[in-house]
Amino acid sequence: MEGMATAESYVLAIGTKKGLWLATSPDRKDWSLSGPHFLMSEIPSIGIDSRDGRTRILVGVRSEHWGPTVFHSDDLGATWDEPEQGAIRFPEDAEAALERVWQIHPDSEARPGVVWAGCEPISVWKSTDGGEHFELNRGLWDHPHRKEWGAGYGGAAAHSIVIDPSGEKVHVAMSTGGVYRSLDGGASWEPRNKGISAYFMPDPNPEFGQCVHKIAADAAVDGRLYAQNHHGVYRSDDDAENWQSIAEGLPADFGFVMLTHPRRAGTAWVIPLKADSERIPPDGKLAVHRTDDAGGNWKRLHTGLPEAEYNAVLRDAACVDSAEPAGVYFGTRGGSVYASDDEGEHFTELASHLPDVLCVRAASVPADLLAGVPSRP
Amino acid sequence: MASEISVLLPSVLQPLAGGQSSLTAPADGTVTVQWLLDSLAGDYPALSRRLRDETGTIRRYVNIYVSGNEIRRLQGLATEVAPGQEVLILQSVAGG
Repeated sequence: MEGMATAESYVLAIGTKKGLWLATSPDRKDWSLSGPHFLMSEIPSIGIDSRDGRTRILVGVRSEHWGPTVFHSDDLGATWDEPEQGAIRFPEDAEAALERVWQIHPDSEARPGVVWAGCEPISVWKSTDGGEHFELNRGLWDHPHRKEWGAGYGGAAAHSIVIDPSGEKVHVAMSTGGVYRSLDGGASWEPRNKGISAYFMPDPNPEFGQCVHKIAADAAVDGRLYAQNHHGVYRSDDDAENWQSIAEGLPADFGFVMLTHPRRAGTAWVIPLKADSERIPPDGKLAVHRTDDAGGNWKRLHTGLPEAEYNAVLRDAACVDSAEPAGVYFGTRGGSVYASDDEGEHFTELASHLPDVLCVRAASVPADLLAGVPSRP
Repeated sequence: MASEISVLLPSVLQPLAGGQSSLTAPADGTVTVQWLLDSLAGDYPALSRRLRDETGTIRRYVNIYVSGNEIRRLQGLATEVAPGQEVLILQSVAGG
């Protein structure tokens, strides 16, 4: 979760296929857009780190020509820096090259400076210096299953990293490979996919190989996780030992997004898509669905969304903030970005006609920091 | 006899070389493109990462020419460059 400071203006970072935009707002209602930053590079990952009294925006940047890298800005995009040797760089003995940074995840307040990254080829990385230099997680990289992990359409990605408050229990989800869990802070890993279907494989219930699209932890119930799978929406109440379907009540069990509330137990959001044949919102009617009882019931939320929308919403193209009530944000592959300041009850279109939205991340920021950001209506 | 090799950069990469459009590498004799890129990497590591990945492979859409010939059609990174020759780096036409 991106940390929220005390002062209060808001920033939404929007990563697209062709650059980064920053939206800022004093009240989560009126937004100003600036950008593009990194024009013609895709931005598949963003992390906003509000710890240590600093707002650092970390972005995974990938140019088709010049490759992937990680930039960071401590002044809301006025300037950007990257370590000369690169923040994420496979060691020589790995005999691999970084393709894409899929996830940048600042750890908790209890572990300042720690930032995790999930990458392609499937790998997990950890930084202890605020995301300037990352170290490859050898336990996962050297896992005997690795040679059997595959690539989804978007690439072979470790795209979800969930760390418990102790820092010892870490869950990673990858497409394709499924959910892996470490109980020793990332030193060793085991697959944890019991109950998650892999209908596209000869054995539909394998130990690993599932195409999990996104996982998220419940805000207040220890050991509870949610997963949006390539078909299937699931919950686990025992740290991924067992998964059970919570798809009943949704118009489709496919999608990429899984969000959880910053504080409240049992609340999660998904954005269903019809699949595999269509990959659009069911019947072209875009809606967010929220549960407040851990998947027992789902409420369709569409106020303010267009009557017809035929674009998909990708796995990291949705986020929540940690304000009260929680904000919900998402962007489509058609370049629209929608924002809700009331947990999805009402949406407004914050931006439109951008390139395909790949990721969004929101945070509150000190108002004086916002004052330095150029705006463009 | 010239004892330098010039490396010409596309405008988009010039900020990573201190704004220079051309870099010069001293060379007493014939060198390889790999040696040339390695020698530039020390002074301009961010530039180097744009051209080659961690394994040393030239990125797919980066084209390097020696006297007008793209090195993939020659000997790749082992292509030899003599003092006085120019090496031209360009991005290929790709993308949508």
